[in-house]
Amino acid sequence: MAKVLMKGNEAIGEAAIRAGCLNYFAYPITPQSEVAEYLARRMKEVDGVFLQGESEVAVSYMIFGASAAGARVFTTSSSPGISLMSEGISYIAGAQCPAVFVNIMRGGPGLGGILPSQADYLQATKGGGHGDFRLLVMAPASVQEAVTMVMQAFPLAEKYRNPVMILGDGLIGQMMEPVEFSDDLKTDASDKDSWATNGMDHRGSSQRNLVKSLFLDPEALNQHNLTLKAKYDQMKQEEVRFDTYNIDTDYQVLIVSYGTMSRVCRTAIDNMKKEGVEVGMVRPQTLFPFPEEQVLAAAEKKSCKAVASIEMSMGQMIEDIQRSVQGKRPVHWYGKCGGDVPTPEEVTEFVHTLL
Amino acid sequence: MGKTFTKPKSLSDQITHYCPGCTHGVIHRLVAEVIDELDISGRTVGIAPVGCAVLAYNYFTFDFQEAAHGRAPAMATGIKRVRPDLMVFTYQGDGDLASIGMGEIIHAANRGEKFTTIFVNNAIYGMTGGQMAPTSMPNQRTTTSPFGRDVDDVGMPIKVAELIAALQTPAYIVRQAVLKPKHIVKAKKVIKRAFQYQMEARCFSLVELISTCPTNWGLTPVDAVKWAEDNMLPYYPLGEYKTPEAA
Amino acid sequence: MPYQYSIDEERCKGCALCVTVCPKDVLEIATDVSPKGYFPAYQARPEDCIFCATCCRMCPDVAITITESVENITD
Repeated sequence: MAKVLMKGNEAIGEAAIRAGCLNYFAYPITPQSEVAEYLARRMKEVDGVFLQGESEVAVSYMIFGASAAGARVFTTSSSPGISLMSEGISYIAGAQCPAVFVNIMRGGPGLGGILPSQADYLQATKGGGHGDFRLLVMAPASVQEAVTMVMQAFPLAEKYRNPVMILGDGLIGQMMEPVEFSDDLKTDASDKDSWATNGMDHRGSSQRNLVKSLFLDPEALNQHNLTLKAKYDQMKQEEVRFDTYNIDTDYQVLIVSYGTMSRVCRTAIDNMKKEGVEVGMVRPQTLFPFPEEQVLAAAEKKSCKAVASIEMSMGQMIEDIQRSVQGKRPVHWYGKCGGDVPTPEEVTEFVHTLL
Repeated sequence: MGKTFTKPKSLSDQITHYCPGCTHGVIHRLVAEVIDELDISGRTVGIAPVGCAVLAYNYFTFDFQEAAHGRAPAMATGIKRVRPDLMVFTYQGDGDLASIGMGEIIHAANRGEKFTTIFVNNAIYGMTGGQMAPTSMPNQRTTTSPFGRDVDDVGMPIKVAELIAALQTPAYIVRQAVLKPKHIVKAKKVIKRAFQYQMEARCFSLVELISTCPTNWGLTPVDAVKWAEDNMLPYYPLGEYKTPEAA
Repeated sequence: MPYQYSIDEERCKGCALCVTVCPKDVLEIATDVSPKGYFPAYQARPEDCIFCATCCRMCPDVAITITESVENITD
């Protein structure tokens, strides 16, 4: 299959279409507005649905309504917009509807900045809204991986009847890289007749469907939450994805890093290797469920003295790493916010302080 | 009109949780009757609000979704865009539509989304215990306007039908009431017309219905009807504010 | 009488709206409480009822039903 050079944001839009999702509702926000601009044209070509809503709040409910009516649907936004969508995301999870959200992270908090960041890790992985629920969170490190993860997100959302979030950053959104859209990743939409409000006639049934998240009876709500929890426990069993780099050496330091930041770390690792210093890396590809066992196993290597969480934040993933490592090794943080991506030299300098 | 009268099929058997004399019950029945008469229950999706009618889905026998407060028009937009063949209506109270949801209703109406909104205006927030609504009357006492609505402080009540009718996109915007039988008969006619426009995929429709809230107004149901007639009807005139033909 | 009129005591909440709208002053509010704890409406003067169904249309609880009597029902 031919590779195409595409901007991350556009590739994400195209990936959804190739995944069989022809419904997109969104609101512009830097640095991901190009997704909407691309799909405003492209959805027309494939006879899909494109609508720019009046706000991210409204968009999150357009997503909810469309999903509850049985359609494959997705949206993209960036940090402040995702905050606005949090209520809707909670409702979607509570009502057990599938949907895909893409967060092209920018600096925060508040209006923050428009340059890349990884500062929404806690927001995404520790729920993403009020109440007891989790998002299945995937973090691509390249435009190609973003394409793959977007295409995988739809069947995953349907498998769990839960929202799935792709956590990218402004670099993933803006840079151009060669991508291919594999037909192997195309999936059919699941059968939703057992729960979706797609019309009794459509289902050939006289039983109506109700999509709601309200359970006033305490026992009913408890049961409902147990049902949801079972899904997240299943995600922890079945959906952990991660990658490693230079892990088969006697590394002295283990880096844990994801997304764009992990690519800078790769270069730093290569550079340090030339100096004779071995550093390994575990790159989580799912942030929830987090690769706890794999991080622990990698940290416990005899040669490994310390673990470093390298993130474009003030230290968010570090908490999951500390939890995984269970005190067996010291865990340190290096990061920078604002949008200046740390350089391989800065990473190297930091790792040296741990040796 | 035949002399027999029975519960419409689209209304469930469940006894409602609404207060005695609450006109939600009347409106629910009218919507169900219209859906029965148009024979569209097999492809209708209702969207329940947050408010007294949060449990509206228990009283209808067709597909229903539950919206977050104010967001029903956005959910309706999502459904209509992906399944234009479904008949979709939102059912919203004053807080849901005219307060938190003001953005959503204006934009959905402005885009001309082809669903129907049933707007229940009873000049107060019922479910949460009687606070002031954007539609509460001047000097009306509520739990958050204990000295009466001070229009110098919080402005005049919002006339939703007029506001939405001022948008340029063709729509069917009408205000009726459900206070007395003569109103109820008219209300049913306009609800039916609204759904018929939707069946033609013609335009957005909003039916504002002047209603009562005996409990939070502190009046008997019979006195509440009188209060609404005396205080609300002069300010919220009944009638047709916009039709798609007159665009 | 060709029509059967009934007020379901399980549904009636005693709001009295039907009483006020009846053009023939047929209805009143009972003095005995219903199983639901309300004082339901009832036909005090059923012989005056013209089956206009105005009370049915006013009732928020669909408590009032008018059906054709058994002998008039064909199926």
